[in-house]
Amino acid sequence: MATYDSLFSSLGLEEWCSQGQSDAPMSMADLLAKTKGENTEPESIWDAPFPSMDALNESCAAFPQSRELTKGLEQGFLAIKDSLSLVLDPLTQPLSWFLDGALYAMLNTPWWIVIPLLLAVVYLVTKSWKLMAFVGGSIVLLAFIDHYDYAMQTLAIIFVCAFLCVLLGVPIGIAMARSNTLQRLIIPVLDMLQTLPPFVYLIPLIFLFSVTESKLYGIAIILYAIVPVIRLTNLGIRLVDKDVIEAADAFGMTPRQKLYKVQIPLALPNIMAGVNQTIMMSLAMVVIASLVSAPGLGIVILAVILDRVTKASLARINASQKQ
Amino acid sequence: MANDIKISIRKLFKIFGPDPDVALEYVRRGMNKADLLEQQNHVLGLRDINVDMRDGEITVIMGLSGSGKSTLIRHLNRLIEPTAGEIRMDGEDVLSYSEEQLRKLRRERMSMVFQKFALLPHKTVLENAGMAKAIRGYTTSDFEADARKWLARVGLEGNENQYPHQLSGGMQQRVGIARALVSDAPIMLMDEAFSALDPLIRSDMQDLLLELQEELHKTIVFITHDLDEALKLADHLVILKDGEVVQQGDPQEILLNPGDPYIVDFISDINRARVLRVRSVMKPGTEAEDNYAGDISERDNLETVLERSGGDTELAFRVVRDGQQVGSLHMKDLTKALVPTAAATESRQRA
Repeated sequence: MATYDSLFSSLGLEEWCSQGQSDAPMSMADLLAKTKGENTEPESIWDAPFPSMDALNESCAAFPQSRELTKGLEQGFLAIKDSLSLVLDPLTQPLSWFLDGALYAMLNTPWWIVIPLLLAVVYLVTKSWKLMAFVGGSIVLLAFIDHYDYAMQTLAIIFVCAFLCVLLGVPIGIAMARSNTLQRLIIPVLDMLQTLPPFVYLIPLIFLFSVTESKLYGIAIILYAIVPVIRLTNLGIRLVDKDVIEAADAFGMTPRQKLYKVQIPLALPNIMAGVNQTIMMSLAMVVIASLVSAPGLGIVILAVILDRVTKASLARINASQKQ
Repeated sequence: MANDIKISIRKLFKIFGPDPDVALEYVRRGMNKADLLEQQNHVLGLRDINVDMRDGEITVIMGLSGSGKSTLIRHLNRLIEPTAGEIRMDGEDVLSYSEEQLRKLRRERMSMVFQKFALLPHKTVLENAGMAKAIRGYTTSDFEADARKWLARVGLEGNENQYPHQLSGGMQQRVGIARALVSDAPIMLMDEAFSALDPLIRSDMQDLLLELQEELHKTIVFITHDLDEALKLADHLVILKDGEVVQQGDPQEILLNPGDPYIVDFISDINRARVLRVRSVMKPGTEAEDNYAGDISERDNLETVLERSGGDTELAFRVVRDGQQVGSLHMKDLTKALVPTAAATESRQRA
């Protein structure tokens, strides 16, 4: 006898229930109860369990147990898996090309071209000789201890993924800033992406794509790292001084002019902070992804370099437009 | 100066809240601001505003904070949409404008100066000054000469390549004024343009504005909470209280004949000698007397006259306009005009 027997009998559903008598495997709890040989008769109302799927199943065998639900979901996923990957595969194929191309380019260009080129980029965005010397020293050190290839692989992956994050994230952030509905819809997704442990990203992807493909970790990195750039773009645009927006309206700017000439430039410090965070998070994900299939190795020195360089260029932007 | 009416506001209502049309009915039936908020949960922004603004004049809208003056000025370029009423500009109904027409109006016929300057922080002073032109699609080289001219005119020669944050508040607002002038728009809206500046700079800016107006004759709508500023600038003064016009007209007239206890309170502690002008208190006419102590202009304020008289109440002056006598002013009349209105009402009450 279970707690909700009377409920089903009062509804006249006893017959339907008895149809469901099956030899489905017992749950662990049932087994334990059986071996202990106790008659679990809940007597008082204090002991009544919540009418969950499992509790109702005890009273009425035709009622599905909750594990049927999870099983259903799982089977559903397996059923659409093939068609899903049929759609997603070509859609994400360019990502594989980008990653493979970047890896190929980084590794097959001789080091005496790559290193000066990187240093030139560093100087261009930070305009700081000191930082350039630091970056140069770090790369030379990595190369000296025979980690040059690993570092370049990691760097290539991060360049591609961070670039794609910005390419996708900034427009999403702008769209969110313009529509409150969209913001309400997207924020839970972002929350979910941020709270999932990084490893979890890899599981459905391994199901969907072949492990040997580089887009596998590419997607994982992008999903994980795109959140800050979306959030901070949205925030940055929403924080733009209302008075300046009003002035833009009063002088007759079109919405497009307002976006390109006022909102994006004024939100740039925040957007760049988002880009900085995105790069840091891609680096963190590369480490995890490299356990699956990604080449390269997350190296602390690289993290420090990338952080310094992006922060310095951020500071330069800030300096030119503080109010 | 019998000028044409440039902007005409008729029966304008603005109610803030979820269902303004229903609230409007209550307001039309005479519900006051406090009751509307309490019973209907709507805020009365403006009630039955009727104002005509003449071409080439400075219309000052004055009121304390919350009186609806900033709301009113934002109706003129439809940054805020009215609940009911009519706004005509050069005879055209602004409220019927399409988005495209409205943009053209904002770009070509109106410019605005803001209390907090609202300059673009990432653009240079020169680019900021040319903002209105840049929005219309001109390049920097097209408007550079114009922008430099007006920047120099407001006293910012040599600052063209600086960024706004490198300038002081007063200088930033000069950029704001230059920006409005470069747009070549006939109408200038100034929303508490000088309120964020300290008193000395504010006075300088007022002088600058009057000087510019002397040569440009724009239609200026100026918002302020400062009565001294209002009286100094206004050709036409509109006093707002709780979203309603309490009194409007020639500022001198309002000062001499305040129509409402609220205004009496307002004007009781201003320096009347500095604000009142000879033309408002003189005796008009051309009859000659021999014992004039000298000539004064009808536009002099009474303070200047007091200074010339040296405090002698027996003197009389000849009032001239363009070298012609238009009236005379006895120091006794001047003294009478200086008696504060509030004191006058009090003594009348006591009697």
